[in-house]
Amino acid sequence: MKRGLTLAWLLFLASVPLWLDNLYILHVLIMTGIFVIAAMSLNLLLGYTGQLSLGHVAFFGIGAYVSSLTTLGFSVHLLPDWQVSADPKPVWFGMLLGTVVAGLFGWAIGRLAFKVRGAYFVIVTISFAEVIRLVALNWVELTQGPMALNNIPYLRLGIPEVFEVAFLRKPANYYLVLAVGILCYIIIRRLVKSRAGRAMIALRENEPLASSVGVDVTRYLVLATVVSAAMAGAAGTLYAHYVRIVDPDVFLFIYTVTMVIMVISGGKGTLAGPVVGGIIFGLLPEVLRSARVPPEMQWVVYGVLMILVVYFLPQGIVPAVRDWWLSRRAADAPDVPAEATTKAASR
Amino acid sequence: MSQSPASAELIVKDLTIRFGGLTAVEGMTFEVNRGEVLSLIGPNGAGKTSAFNAITGYIQANGGSMTYQGTLLNGLKPNQIAELGLVRTFQKTSVFMGQTVLDNVLHGLHLVSKQRPLAIIFGLPSVAREEMELAAEAHRILGFVGLSGRADWAASSLPYGELRLLEVAIALAAKPKLLLLDEPVSGMNPSETASFMKILAEIRKLDITVLLVEHDMKMVMGVSDRVVCLNQGKIIANGSPAEIQGNPEVIRAYLGERYVRAQG
Amino acid sequence: MDQFLQHVLNALILGGTYALLGIGLTLIFGIMRVVNFAHGELYAFGAYMMYLWVMVLGTNFYLALPLAVLLGVMLGALMEFVLLRKMRGADIDTTMLIMIGAWIALQNTQQLTWTGVAKSIDSPFPTSPLVLGSVSVSWNRLFVFIVALALIGATYVIINRTRLGKAMRATFQDRDTAALMGVDINRIYTATFALGSGLAAAAGALLGPVFVVYPTMGDLASLKAFAIVILGGLGSIPGATIGGFILAFMEELGAGYVSSGYRDAMGFLLIIIILLVKPTGLFAQKERIG
Repeated sequence: MKRGLTLAWLLFLASVPLWLDNLYILHVLIMTGIFVIAAMSLNLLLGYTGQLSLGHVAFFGIGAYVSSLTTLGFSVHLLPDWQVSADPKPVWFGMLLGTVVAGLFGWAIGRLAFKVRGAYFVIVTISFAEVIRLVALNWVELTQGPMALNNIPYLRLGIPEVFEVAFLRKPANYYLVLAVGILCYIIIRRLVKSRAGRAMIALRENEPLASSVGVDVTRYLVLATVVSAAMAGAAGTLYAHYVRIVDPDVFLFIYTVTMVIMVISGGKGTLAGPVVGGIIFGLLPEVLRSARVPPEMQWVVYGVLMILVVYFLPQGIVPAVRDWWLSRRAADAPDVPAEATTKAASR
Repeated sequence: MSQSPASAELIVKDLTIRFGGLTAVEGMTFEVNRGEVLSLIGPNGAGKTSAFNAITGYIQANGGSMTYQGTLLNGLKPNQIAELGLVRTFQKTSVFMGQTVLDNVLHGLHLVSKQRPLAIIFGLPSVAREEMELAAEAHRILGFVGLSGRADWAASSLPYGELRLLEVAIALAAKPKLLLLDEPVSGMNPSETASFMKILAEIRKLDITVLLVEHDMKMVMGVSDRVVCLNQGKIIANGSPAEIQGNPEVIRAYLGERYVRAQG
Repeated sequence: MDQFLQHVLNALILGGTYALLGIGLTLIFGIMRVVNFAHGELYAFGAYMMYLWVMVLGTNFYLALPLAVLLGVMLGALMEFVLLRKMRGADIDTTMLIMIGAWIALQNTQQLTWTGVAKSIDSPFPTSPLVLGSVSVSWNRLFVFIVALALIGATYVIINRTRLGKAMRATFQDRDTAALMGVDINRIYTATFALGSGLAAAAGALLGPVFVVYPTMGDLASLKAFAIVILGGLGSIPGATIGGFILAFMEELGAGYVSSGYRDAMGFLLIIIILLVKPTGLFAQKERIG
């Protein structure tokens, strides 16, 4: 039943470019998909280890910039008479490198921040993202600063002049984002249902108890940060080669906030939560736009919605729906204590 | 009263713990022998939990040494100490509240599990195989403490007595060689305490050494091979339950000077 | 050397307002355990209220200043009452998310009201600076500095010399015991949030006429306030005061001798450096285990 539902949902997603002839809506769906990947990566940290990273957009932006610069080539003076240059590399390599470098930054942040939790972790991650944004803005020789990196090449896969798929048009990009999204979902699913994921959940739920049964807290926080950062970086590389222009605004804090809202509203610490929240908050701006709501008003709505979700659906949409569903079933089968079922399901 | 060092599993020597100006434990020396149940007793504030926390790496000792089977414990992190086979429970009920009972025990099986991150990400069949084994082992442990019927319950919906059993199940999942129990029966009613004592007897049969901190004297005298009594951070008596019961120092510590004099 | 003295003077002047921002934030965290992400929006609000009174309504500059601060206090009290009162038992992450929501909503309301175009506020001070030997300072900045010092002093008096301050300190020490002793926690929380907000609004109202006023000006203010507060230790008012001046010095010297583009990066570098040097954090709490 559950398997069939998943399959139907995937088939539906895969069929979208076949019947949707509105390219603008397809564009919105691609951008939503990229953000869903970023939100899923954030959920690994926020939902499963309980650490709120508000610098998550930094990993996204690092992925975008590294991949763009690798595929465009660059030449910078690190010292007055020491010049470092790189020729343009293939896009698949740039995307891989962007993902890896974002993961390395995640490792560094994880190591640096491993002893701090809660508010302090949040502020460290924000600071990190701001420093990176200021570097992107000011290191003009490398990043073109506010002039942005333009004409970023699109992805081609295959053997040149024999058989090659070009990810230039929207349907191709849609399938690319969908494929990467499914891959990230599978990786996260495997992680959280394994020893590693259990260790992350354990340290979120009760850190002293987790370490008393041998969980190396630092190790699993760093693991979560690395995987999470690499995935956010991958989302950034998708963004760079789809939009094909990257400027320091990719580091804007508001994007992190968007990811946080997606995770919290959908349900942190659930696999489907960021997907549901991501789709809602990815499409909401377009709904508001078509209702001729000015963009500022749209953000006001975002802020108010965020407060309302925290007040009325603190667990998020997915757990709320599941609790409702399970409590109905429990009412049919009175031998299972309803409270036990719902609480167990809401983790 | 002195034991041969050959049989000593855990050696605590001159342990001193201070919080700011307050000395919680001063010059504490005792040994836990292989296979025995040793109880640490003493009035509130005697330093029992502080000693526990120092041995298991949750606080740093200010002086002295703690050695487990030849390995110095000072400076190790709690998870490293757990890897050596010293596993503890906590005074305040401590389980993973938001999880099911079964998942709680699976968390405890962390050190038994051998999955590596890359194997997990690539979804190797060895991971799936081990997951089945872990689930079976978790069910076995739940059976051992008598919580088989509760596997799918949320931990937060368990009654108090069963929560304390779940704590022990989590600790047992970590495959302890030395189990440190911090007031495991506090707050239990007499029948719950009695069944807990039965489980403790079963644990002994598994060749697990037990270090117990407990206020319930009936329990202490019933299960212990040896008792160490602390008062104001210092050891005042060390001996068999019978010796401790008759020791005037112990009676004085617990009941005060006047009681001892009145008894003559 | 003259250049250095000029930087020192600039830093001293800037440090006063930074300290105001930091004290407001640290009060709110120390007493309420709320990480106030909307702090910078109160700063922007103060600046816009100054613009409203002086430029739109034509009120006297010296009258507009206390009015702007008062409105900041009122907005703070309202926010506490509406958003936080029902969330007393909530954990720190929950209130943080609420304040992030408030921040986004407030900032975009400001953008909607005043448009994204930067505004400047006329001040009654002479345009020629005060020259002191080899260094100079504008009259407006000098005024800002003096008022900021006066407000810092007033905050110290409120905290240390009044009944309200005593209750605040008691709540800071131990909320539950303070409540048992008859302190009205709700009243203290509202007062704390209002006071902290008022200080942020004051910083904005003071700096608005020096710089320009724009809708996103609160973002950097919030982040800088966090840097200041971490530097001084969360909850410590003297720490926030000193932290404000240290950050101002770092920014001023960083902008003067490294690169002006990285001026705003100094605060964040500071946070990361503090972490490297003292990784447990300056406000790590010791908890009894077991």
